[in-house]
Amino acid sequence: MIHAYRLHGKGIVLDIGSGSVHVADPLAYEMITQWEQARRPVPGEPEERTELRTEIEALIRDGKLFAPERFGETDFAALAAQRETPPVVKALCLHVSHTCNLTCDYCFAQAGRYCGPQALMPFGIGKQALDFLLGASGTRRNLEVDFFGGEPLMNWQVVKDLVAYARSREAEMGKRFRFTLTTNGLLIDSDVIDFVNREMANVVLSLDGRKEIHDSLRRTVSGKGSYETVVPKFRDLVQARSGKNYYMRGTFTHANPDFTQDIYHMAALGFRSLSMEPVVCAPESPHALTKEDIAQVLQEYERLALEMARRRGTAEEFSFYHYLLDLAHGPCLFKRIAGCGSGTEYLAVTPAGELYPCHQFVGEKDFCMGDIWRGVTNQALRGAFCGCTLYSRPQCRECWARLYCSGGCAANAYHASGSIRGIHEEGCILFRKRMECAIWLAAERFGNG
Amino acid sequence: MQHIQTIQTRDFAGCGECQTSERKEAE
Repeated sequence: MIHAYRLHGKGIVLDIGSGSVHVADPLAYEMITQWEQARRPVPGEPEERTELRTEIEALIRDGKLFAPERFGETDFAALAAQRETPPVVKALCLHVSHTCNLTCDYCFAQAGRYCGPQALMPFGIGKQALDFLLGASGTRRNLEVDFFGGEPLMNWQVVKDLVAYARSREAEMGKRFRFTLTTNGLLIDSDVIDFVNREMANVVLSLDGRKEIHDSLRRTVSGKGSYETVVPKFRDLVQARSGKNYYMRGTFTHANPDFTQDIYHMAALGFRSLSMEPVVCAPESPHALTKEDIAQVLQEYERLALEMARRRGTAEEFSFYHYLLDLAHGPCLFKRIAGCGSGTEYLAVTPAGELYPCHQFVGEKDFCMGDIWRGVTNQALRGAFCGCTLYSRPQCRECWARLYCSGGCAANAYHASGSIRGIHEEGCILFRKRMECAIWLAAERFGNG
Repeated sequence: MQHIQTIQTRDFAGCGECQTSERKEAE
């Protein structure tokens, strides 16, 4: 199986069986995409076609074009059977705060409360969660803890105390913690900056781009826009960590399908690691992207790739989360098939100590998996998530992008289709376009040495 | 004349130490 497309003057051919990426000139593109006919020599054909046929046949022999898939569902099942049982847990999303000092209209967590009461995680709950992770992580050495909310800085002392506790257990347990934090920025001060830059491997700073866009949806409880408050704080934090290991992370909605303007705005502010994500909400929401919006967004992704190529090597260069594609050293096959590990390797912990498959399921009682004292008690649910791979979704079987997306997001699928084994069709359309653009950028870089 | 450029990729065909979305050390 191949996927061929043209973008910004390049003909690109992806070989799905092997993962090979080819940049083809117009004649090669034509012959590859019509290979059933082109494979047969035609008497008197131009010598160029004969040479090209030899070139294509060599790629086929090398297993880099029209390669058969050398693995399948049964191979994956055999790999999965070799893993530790019960499944190890290696990552936790700690909901240290189920409250927020912003009232963003599009928040999937309903102002950080997740359909429940406002709550802050006590240190004792967080400590028990870390003990649960240490005990449930089996032979895994690298453990991940993300401080999330709500707004985690509203429970800042507990965050600091939990990091200190985890660090105190690393040597004894032979583990290494990787901490991350997501914040809206309102409570950033010098203490936060010092601690975050010392202890957090990555930090996500929520900014929606242009001031009028950001302030229209990201307002304080009193209704005041937050842009003027958070931008200087974000700049201080990023500068203090030497511009490394952070993401400016925005959300775009029906109000700004021209989201690339928000990306360029963030770049103009001096930020270099950028991410803008489509809003995920009910279709009837006024913020939901319409079909017309989606069509524009697809064009914006293409324009973004072109602009990034233009800026490469200049002082204005920036990175875009979805275009960070490592073709030469990508993930192993297991991860390509199993996906993010939600409900198996990755769990979310509420302020009360309940376990959920991931942060997007928190508050949906049918998805409670257990708690940090007894561990995962809902084995049927864990089994459902263990079996939730790209092979479990019929729609993925014929999709060229399946080994890049790993079957997509279970939560988005559930909210869109009612099943964690469904798909979020809008998300698929956007993902495929982003992959085409990311691979085009890689090809552009390759072509320019 | 070469008509096709092939970009070096890792063949699609697990230690569990990857980040949720650490070969890095070996390289």
